[in-house]
Amino acid sequence: MTPMLDVKDLHFSYGDTPVLRGVSFEVNEGELCGLFGPNGCGKTTLFKCCLNFLKSNRGSIRMDGKDIKKLKVEDMAKIVAYVPQEHKPPFPYLAREVVLMGRTPRLNGFFGISREDKMKAAEALDLLGLTELADHPYNQLSGGQRQMILMARAIAQETPLMFLDEPTSALDFSNQIRIWRIMRMVAERGVTILACSHDPNHVSWFCDKVVVMKDNRIIKEGSSRNVITEETMDEIYQDVCSVRSFGGIRVVLPRDVALREEMRGFGKRAVGMIGASDEGWDRLQRGGKKESVILSQTLSHRLGECGVDKRQIRSGEA
Amino acid sequence: MADTIRKISLLERLGFDISSGYSEGRKILILSALLILLLITVGVAITFGAYNISIADVYRIVLVHISPFADVTGVTKLHNTIVWELRIPRVLLAVIVGTALATAGAVFQGCFRNPLVEPYILGISSGAAFGAAMGIVYSSFFLSIQLSAFIFGSLAVAMAYFLARVRKETPIVTLILAGVIIGSIFSAMVSILKYIATDAALREIVFWLMGGFYYATWGDVRLLAPIMIPCFLIMWALGWKLNILSMGDDEARALGVNPEKYKFILITLATLVTSLAVSTVGIIAWVGLMMPHATRMMLGPDHRYVIPASAILGGSYLLVCDTMARTLTSSEIPVGIITSILGAPYLFYLLRTRGKAMLG
Repeated sequence: MTPMLDVKDLHFSYGDTPVLRGVSFEVNEGELCGLFGPNGCGKTTLFKCCLNFLKSNRGSIRMDGKDIKKLKVEDMAKIVAYVPQEHKPPFPYLAREVVLMGRTPRLNGFFGISREDKMKAAEALDLLGLTELADHPYNQLSGGQRQMILMARAIAQETPLMFLDEPTSALDFSNQIRIWRIMRMVAERGVTILACSHDPNHVSWFCDKVVVMKDNRIIKEGSSRNVITEETMDEIYQDVCSVRSFGGIRVVLPRDVALREEMRGFGKRAVGMIGASDEGWDRLQRGGKKESVILSQTLSHRLGECGVDKRQIRSGEA
Repeated sequence: MADTIRKISLLERLGFDISSGYSEGRKILILSALLILLLITVGVAITFGAYNISIADVYRIVLVHISPFADVTGVTKLHNTIVWELRIPRVLLAVIVGTALATAGAVFQGCFRNPLVEPYILGISSGAAFGAAMGIVYSSFFLSIQLSAFIFGSLAVAMAYFLARVRKETPIVTLILAGVIIGSIFSAMVSILKYIATDAALREIVFWLMGGFYYATWGDVRLLAPIMIPCFLIMWALGWKLNILSMGDDEARALGVNPEKYKFILITLATLVTSLAVSTVGIIAWVGLMMPHATRMMLGPDHRYVIPASAILGGSYLLVCDTMARTLTSSEIPVGIITSILGAPYLFYLLRTRGKAMLG
């Protein structure tokens, strides 16, 4: 099976500054692929090259088997839909007009918009549960609502591929999860999605596949389970994250938070082992007991890694 | 079947067919009402004038010219000349020019994604002013003031456009800056011409700059209408594409509208009509800025409606202003003065009341 999106050895530079150096990856049909990486690693540029907004210097991009360099703007829009980061247009278009804009690549004629197009736009709104917003001016909606309207527009465009540029960057937690759920739902319907994100947890929870970028190239590519690991996280953000598993779900935590919790958990377990009550735990924390020494010795190595002073550990402050 | 019914009810619930506010049926109704208003304004405007002719006589003269069976008796030659050779071409020209400026204004505002843009943004007015001043000062060298104004007006825009073009792209900010630069160069050159002009020529330049319809003839109408009408129709047909363009270049591309291509087509057409209008009647301010605003408040921002509605409103507004210009006092007031005096407070009102919603 040919991959839906196939990027090979892509090079791009702004003037003399290289932004992409030999980027290659592929995404199969119906996959939700996350593009993950630190700020300034070239994610957005990769996006823009894939969407033909920027012309790459070298390498090839094939979508649905077609070389995008040879595609006209009109034909390109029938293959790939783009959900930009939320923004405000200068005119107060209604939400449903914005969604209807997604039908543009399939319009023809003078006034152009047929009943069928309106139907598709209405369906897209209905699918995302946005019916209530249809008659509101788009530029007066909240950031989350605007983002969802843009998703509805991309759905109305009916393309086999969808690109989302940090779709959750400006949203609150519940809206972030909502957007990811919608993306999952769209992917289940057979659409191939490439979404870039800054949140390793979102990528690991919701994506089938993750592509990790750093310093203008791809360092890891594969299923989210294999890619979002402590090793990868250390490679991009030195000593910032730990990866833990809770009930089979991978969670990426800030390392100091992870260790704080672990120390307490470990201490409790140690106390449990010697059969002490909560009172015993209190004594343990106050220090002076033999158990406390054992505890400190075990933890001091790991805590030392995060730069905690050894004397602090011994005195039980940490 | 059940699915179809569900879909239709969905459409209705979503207000795609019938709903309050901006439904399409209502928009078309408003559009027709505006068109009727324009026709009535035309009908009334031809009865006004410095020379007193009865309303019945005016319409009899019109009838004589448009219907082959009309009664010719009772129409004096003088009345015929005044109504048919002076008033009607002037009224029609005012409508055409108003239509042209307002359409161009709507198109420029959409292309530049900025509701405060006017058709003269790319230096048309300064270029045309320079062309006209050249034509006036060196009248033996330039065949016609109108032609030289048209050429220099278009030239100014072409220069701004190519100045702003970097790597096959014309970013909006660069384009506007280039327009300002070209505009100021031509303004400076107009000043030089004013400085070296004779008194009579200077007076003529100043008069031209204020704009007016005093010399309107059937010739102007015959020249402008055949160019204006197709240009307007093409711009109207591109109304939906203009909606997409106003979302920004990248989004337009993602939605299958090539921004470079369509911006070029739309700016060229808008420049052509503006340049023609300016070269015929001089610089008339405010129409191109105000009318698209007024329409957006009535019909919403969809350019498929904004373009025809601002065209109609622009025609009516300029016609009203010009009728006032030729009837308010015994001598004529340059129409540019009236459009500004009426227009400026309106825009001020707009900014104070709807500024936030309209301008974001």
